[in-house]
Amino acid sequence: MGFFLETLLGGLMVGMLYSLIALGFVLIYKASGVFNFAQGAMVLFAALAMARFSEWIPHWLGFESLLLANLLAFIAAMAVMVLVAWLIERLALSKLVNQEHITLLMATLGITYFLDGLGQTLFGNDIYKIDVGMPKDPVILLESTFEGGVLVSKEDMIAALVAAALVLVLSLFFQKTSTGRALRAVADDHQAAQSIGIPLNRIWVIVWSVAGFAALVAGIIWGSKLGVQFSLSLVALKALPVVILGGLTSVPGAIIGGLLIGVGEKLSEIYLGPLLGGGIEIWFAYVLALVFLLVRPQGLFGEKIIDRV
Amino acid sequence: MLYRENGQFKSSYRADQQIFPILQDRVAILALLVFAFVAMPFASEYWLRAIVTPFLILSLAALGLNILVGYCGQISLGTGAFMAVGAYAAYNFHVRIDGMPLLASLLLGGLCATAVGVLFGIPSLRIKGLYLAVATLAAQFFTDWAFLRIPFFTNNSTSGSVSVAGLQVFGLPVETPAQKYLLCLTLVVVFALLAKNLTRSAIGREWMAMRDMDVAAAVIGIRPVYAKLTAFAVSSFIVGVAGALWGFIHLGAWEPAAFSIDRSFQLLFMVIIGGLGSIMGSFFGAAFIVLLPIFLNQMPGWFGLSISTALASHLEFMIFGALIVFFLIVEPHGLARLWSTFKEKLRLWPFPH
Repeated sequence: MGFFLETLLGGLMVGMLYSLIALGFVLIYKASGVFNFAQGAMVLFAALAMARFSEWIPHWLGFESLLLANLLAFIAAMAVMVLVAWLIERLALSKLVNQEHITLLMATLGITYFLDGLGQTLFGNDIYKIDVGMPKDPVILLESTFEGGVLVSKEDMIAALVAAALVLVLSLFFQKTSTGRALRAVADDHQAAQSIGIPLNRIWVIVWSVAGFAALVAGIIWGSKLGVQFSLSLVALKALPVVILGGLTSVPGAIIGGLLIGVGEKLSEIYLGPLLGGGIEIWFAYVLALVFLLVRPQGLFGEKIIDRV
Repeated sequence: MLYRENGQFKSSYRADQQIFPILQDRVAILALLVFAFVAMPFASEYWLRAIVTPFLILSLAALGLNILVGYCGQISLGTGAFMAVGAYAAYNFHVRIDGMPLLASLLLGGLCATAVGVLFGIPSLRIKGLYLAVATLAAQFFTDWAFLRIPFFTNNSTSGSVSVAGLQVFGLPVETPAQKYLLCLTLVVVFALLAKNLTRSAIGREWMAMRDMDVAAAVIGIRPVYAKLTAFAVSSFIVGVAGALWGFIHLGAWEPAAFSIDRSFQLLFMVIIGGLGSIMGSFFGAAFIVLLPIFLNQMPGWFGLSISTALASHLEFMIFGALIVFFLIVEPHGLARLWSTFKEKLRLWPFPH
């Protein structure tokens, strides 16, 4: 039982991280109808920027404090992500208004390649580490209930808390601020939003910046866990089944989808993996999402797709 | 003046419905084919091995994908998977059955890919658009895993990679780059012709109706199940044969990484850049994507610059990505549209009226 709980918790933690990446997808899809394949590349890019700036800034300014270095690096990386968002909007998306979904999807794939190349050209292509002072040692919970207790890594718990906080902040931002209202209006109907004076271009820059922010947070957490390297942008592919499982248009869907996929993946690897020869983690999420979509084609919380002629 | 249909009267339905209605087109295609079959095999080995043969095989795969994405409107990110199925199935037929002719194993590989394609196509009846695109990723990751982990598919090879040697077709050896090239060329020409005719037939029109608006198509009596699944079947058959060729002819020895998700993206790029819903476009797109990295690699040398290989590969990524975005902005309908615009212009040239 203890082992099962450990696996379950591990799954939930990983799932939370998937949701973080999935959030970026959902934000952009909701506001602009673009399925942003580049989210993974943005995570890598942001993490690279963060890792390198936290190395460079103390060097440039000549101080030692880790906290200050991380803080400044975070601000710098965020500024870079806003710049990236602005450039993407300016150079690519604003020229592709009213194109078909697949064209936009392809454009974001192109952006993916570009960002992967640019990130590694600017920031180097080694494995870097991000040290934001997260505790690495595990803790043992519920020792009185089970024999041996449940082993949980503190790092994972903090990561999950950060992810939860981010979700909370984002939902507050969407629900309570006037910019958030404008974003939701654009998501509902581009034309109507434009006609009441909401500037589409600015909204898109904001959305991509917010997605960049989500990417930065995800990048820092993943990066401090695994190290910042190219494979980080592949982790992001795992967020795709999360997004479609939860529904492309739903923020809570991204969270719950992430948790479901994380837990499903871990449990299946432990209990089903040995029967099938192991390593089924790489496809389980996709097949789970596929089977699920057969029952509910719009995902868990997606808007119902109504076909009209 | 040189390129127009004036004076070419059609006196039968056959003549009216031929693929290339203009005489000049027919002559040009014939000249191209003669050049490809007669002159091209004498090109240098490097050209045949590293550029022309991969181009032909990838065009075939792009052609298959174009039937699914361009004609039937079902986005697939799992093309690499169907190529892998074709390659590994053909390998198993080739190795396990003594005296299996090469062409038969290639085609049987294609048939296995068809079966898998139809299986993964079934969700398309309920899932549409981007949801389907992500769902097809399931095929990609599942086959990646299956060919890596299940020893049966690799004939219990210990290293996980498989290889073929001593290929022959009808008693003729397929060893030198020129022979390999000719085999690929023949298959590509046959499949391109078949595909072109399929898309001109009733079933091709059903696919296009499905693509343009599936509900409306169903209302006028087109069966969505039949139309979508045949598109998946035909597409994955061609892709499977291309995969088998890629493994057998181009690589010789391969492992699942040869058919990874990057391959799927690459093929999708070819189809988009070449032109959705155009047989010719598949060839243009393949040529573009195959030649671009070679060109980008050579370019610094021409200007006397030397850059490190790591930087070069990153720059290549950047230029590649930027060019794709650029193309989508400038000509979202692909190179095939540019080509047809060019032909329209040529019809009036040099007298604009």
